Amino acid sequence: MLRKIVDLFTSLKLTIICLAAAMALIFAGTLAQVHLGIHEAQQRYFQSWLVYWPAEGRGFRIPIFPGGHLIGAVLLINLIAAHAKRFHWAWRKLGIHLTHAGLIIMLAGGLFTDLFAIESHMRLQGGDTKNYSEDQRHMELAVIDTTDNDLDQVTAIPESVLKKNRTIDHWSLPFRIVVRNFYQNSRLKMLSQVEPAAHAIANQGPGAMIAVEPVARVTAQDERDVPAAAIEILPKDDGGSLGTWLVSDALGAPQTFSCAGRTWMIAMRTARYYKPYSVTLQKFTHERYAGTEIPKNFASKVTLTDPERSVNRDVLIYMNHPLRYRGETFYQAGFEQDDRATILQVVHNPSFVAPYVACVIVAAGLLVQFGIHLVGFARKRSAAAV
Amino acid sequence: MKRFVPWIVLIVIAGWIGGNWMPPKVAKDDVDLVKFGKFPVLVGGRVKPLDTVARNSLLIIHGKQELRLENGRTLSALQWLTDVLFNSAIADQQPVFLIQNDEVLGLFGWEQSQRKYFSFLEFSPFLKQIEEQGDQADKLEAVQRSAYQSAILNLRNGIVLYQRLKNSIQLEGSQVFTAEVKNFEASIPGAAKAAAQAQRGENFDRAKLSAVAELIQKYEKLSELAYVLAVPPLDKVGEWHSVGDSLLHSVSTGEIHPVVLEYAQIGDAYRARDHAGFNQHVDLSANWFAEEKPTAVKRTSFEFLFNRLQPFSQSMAIYVLAFLLACASWLGWSRTLNRSAFYLLLLALAIHTFGLFSRMYLQERPPVTNLYSSAIFIGWGAVIVSLILERIFRDGIGAACAGAIGFVTLIIAHHLAGSGDTLEMLQAVLDTNIWLATHVVCITTGYSAMFLAGMLAIIYVVRGVFTRSLKKQTADSLARMTYGVVCFATLFSFVGTVLGGIWADQSWGRFWGWDPKENGAVLIVLWCAITLHARWGGFIRRRGLMMMAIFGNIVTSFSWFGVNMLGVGLHSYGFMQKAFPWLLGFMISQLTLITIASMPLENWRSFSAQDDSKDRQSPEEALAT
Repeated sequence: MLRKIVDLFTSLKLTIICLAAAMALIFAGTLAQVHLGIHEAQQRYFQSWLVYWPAEGRGFRIPIFPGGHLIGAVLLINLIAAHAKRFHWAWRKLGIHLTHAGLIIMLAGGLFTDLFAIESHMRLQGGDTKNYSEDQRHMELAVIDTTDNDLDQVTAIPESVLKKNRTIDHWSLPFRIVVRNFYQNSRLKMLSQVEPAAHAIANQGPGAMIAVEPVARVTAQDERDVPAAAIEILPKDDGGSLGTWLVSDALGAPQTFSCAGRTWMIAMRTARYYKPYSVTLQKFTHERYAGTEIPKNFASKVTLTDPERSVNRDVLIYMNHPLRYRGETFYQAGFEQDDRATILQVVHNPSFVAPYVACVIVAAGLLVQFGIHLVGFARKRSAAAV
Repeated sequence: MKRFVPWIVLIVIAGWIGGNWMPPKVAKDDVDLVKFGKFPVLVGGRVKPLDTVARNSLLIIHGKQELRLENGRTLSALQWLTDVLFNSAIADQQPVFLIQNDEVLGLFGWEQSQRKYFSFLEFSPFLKQIEEQGDQADKLEAVQRSAYQSAILNLRNGIVLYQRLKNSIQLEGSQVFTAEVKNFEASIPGAAKAAAQAQRGENFDRAKLSAVAELIQKYEKLSELAYVLAVPPLDKVGEWHSVGDSLLHSVSTGEIHPVVLEYAQIGDAYRARDHAGFNQHVDLSANWFAEEKPTAVKRTSFEFLFNRLQPFSQSMAIYVLAFLLACASWLGWSRTLNRSAFYLLLLALAIHTFGLFSRMYLQERPPVTNLYSSAIFIGWGAVIVSLILERIFRDGIGAACAGAIGFVTLIIAHHLAGSGDTLEMLQAVLDTNIWLATHVVCITTGYSAMFLAGMLAIIYVVRGVFTRSLKKQTADSLARMTYGVVCFATLFSFVGTVLGGIWADQSWGRFWGWDPKENGAVLIVLWCAITLHARWGGFIRRRGLMMMAIFGNIVTSFSWFGVNMLGVGLHSYGFMQKAFPWLLGFMISQLTLITIASMPLENWRSFSAQDDSKDRQSPEEALAT
């Protein structure tokens, strides 16, 4: 039995099946991007263990195909197992060994990146200073204790928790939060502007005058969902309710209330990653080729300030020239508001070196391997010619 | 005698090409458009000769680089542009706008007939309608547009381009531009004085001020409409301006730019049919450009020559001929035909190479910068590898592949050129010669090798199934070639794909983004890996290798074109809905070939006498090949 399993995991057939499955998956995942958008297709096909049908919302779903993680993992096991079992050193096999060692590094690096890399954005207008970047894909409910003038105490509740529509009880808060409704994507409208049938889902703050309309999730790469939720605040000391608030990114200012003698602010906002240093935008430039609208270059001149390491310097971030600092990389990703604001993509990827190393090793391996074939072939021919 | 046949073929064809390349004779008393066509102008961010502007504009509007008039006369693109620039009343009557969509014709109440080309004059009552309809279509993504919407949008864009061209040098309909400009120059000081007096509240000459104000208004309109920036900076660092812009600048400097004045005189002479005057001022301007802008003139003169030689069309014709000769060599008279094909291919490759390097010189870029140049480069790479194979095996197979792939890729390039300048400026993120020279070149070399492997396999199948010419030796060498080329493809596709990842890591901060073009590239790598492993593992034999190599054509064409048609992702730089049926047809043809190849070997004419056992190889043997 064990032997059979070992045979299975070391077999070349499994390799071929995995590669073929990967092709089918990538093909399907690429076509799916037309309707789902890159991000959603990536989640369903590539960054998953299994691909399900139908995707969601039908009450049942069955796995129909292995996902990217599963195929990658099996391939990785297969690669390592086959080499562990059959490995024997020979110069003739140098190329094969190098190629596969490089592939192992690449697959492992890919898995590592999937698990640990964090992508976020930093939006800066001229003169803005920020010490955090924002996650465009995920929201959080920030509950801020603003009683002290110098110090805000922030409790952030991630979107994934809100989604589950349940009661949130955190030790730092003197109240419980009950999520009444949660909309992944929504459109807010003033009640006075919609049909009379609509009603507000909140009874406190501006939310009491607003109707929330659920909308389908966006698929375009440059758009994002606007989640909304109705939350009820239940103080822990008595059994009563302070009321229900509507929270959404689309509402402008945060809303305040008092509870247990302190002042609180609540807001649904993009999830933030705080950094021990800050970035200030000095100037954003957007050059075009003369007489055209074709962009020639985007560049952000920023000041990097890190009191901890006594760094205070100006940096130019532009196309193909990112800033790498303390394990994070800042790339020029875009601009907004007629060139007045810049968008920097901030990536934390601990395994970004893996593909560089892997590429060199695999390329060397393939060169050696095919070189050996070529030399052998040339020898044979010259021998035949004689 | 037979020994000389290949040389005779080569000389005849080279002579024919040389004949095509002879410069056309200009009659002494005719306008000198050769000199005029070399004038440098800035359009689309690049300094280019007027001739290129003429060809690209006519290509966009008319679909061709020359214009056949209803009386049978043919106008070159430059002749047409000269009319458009200086004598628009004539140009408005010429049938340039191409409309094939019957719904667009219906919009104007016209029935579809033999006529495909229409003049600007015929549209003039419908301009507002065209603009409205075009704007509506413009709001949609390219993928969502119906055939009608694409056609009306094309027409609107063509008309906008045409009107901007007409107003590039002078406002259309201006009759005596030189006098007007000189008058403008003369009245600037008086008007300036009057303006200053007016500001101080003194008495001023209202007539002087209003005369200039009227002209300024005119030139503001001219500057707004101009498509061509024809006026170079007077110093090294300045910017190019349109004629209108330059005239507006003159208000502060008090002087007219010499080039503006020359263009005005050239235009007036052209309208007056004063050919001597036209040539005199063209000469004067050419001398001015040569003195003030020598580097720009060197480049534009070369580009003018490049435009005239049309190296890719010339080599395309030779590729076809060589392909036919190589195929014929399998039927008989093989050595002679084979050598003829080989010599012709060297000639075609030399011209192809000249074209490729000319583009690199003009653009100051590595060879591949857009879809058009990828086709040129894929053909070039595949032809070189095929010719090396031909040198080694000398059996006409490499020559046939070179001819076929060279021809087909250049045809594809020809059809990709319809959107205008193929030497366009690069988007900011692509503006890096290192990655263009490494990643893009590796990927496209990988495509070349994939198509070459596919072509070799097609030859194997077609010759094996339909003819008796696939002898054991030929089959052996075909198998070796295909296997070697697949290895080559694997190497380049893999390295190219990973380099692309590294570039993405450098520019966007992620190695892999599952963008369609990236996925397309990795599909090729996976397919190569499957093919090689299946071969090494003995799961496929020679015929399996051939079938998989043909399927490689499908994978590669999907990666090259298919993913661009999805209209998503960062790489969808060349969307072409029109090419979809062609792509589908190509894929179906390849599947048909695979089906044919899967017939039992008894049905292969070449193998019907032999048995299958020769086709079988042990894994060890396969590994050693």
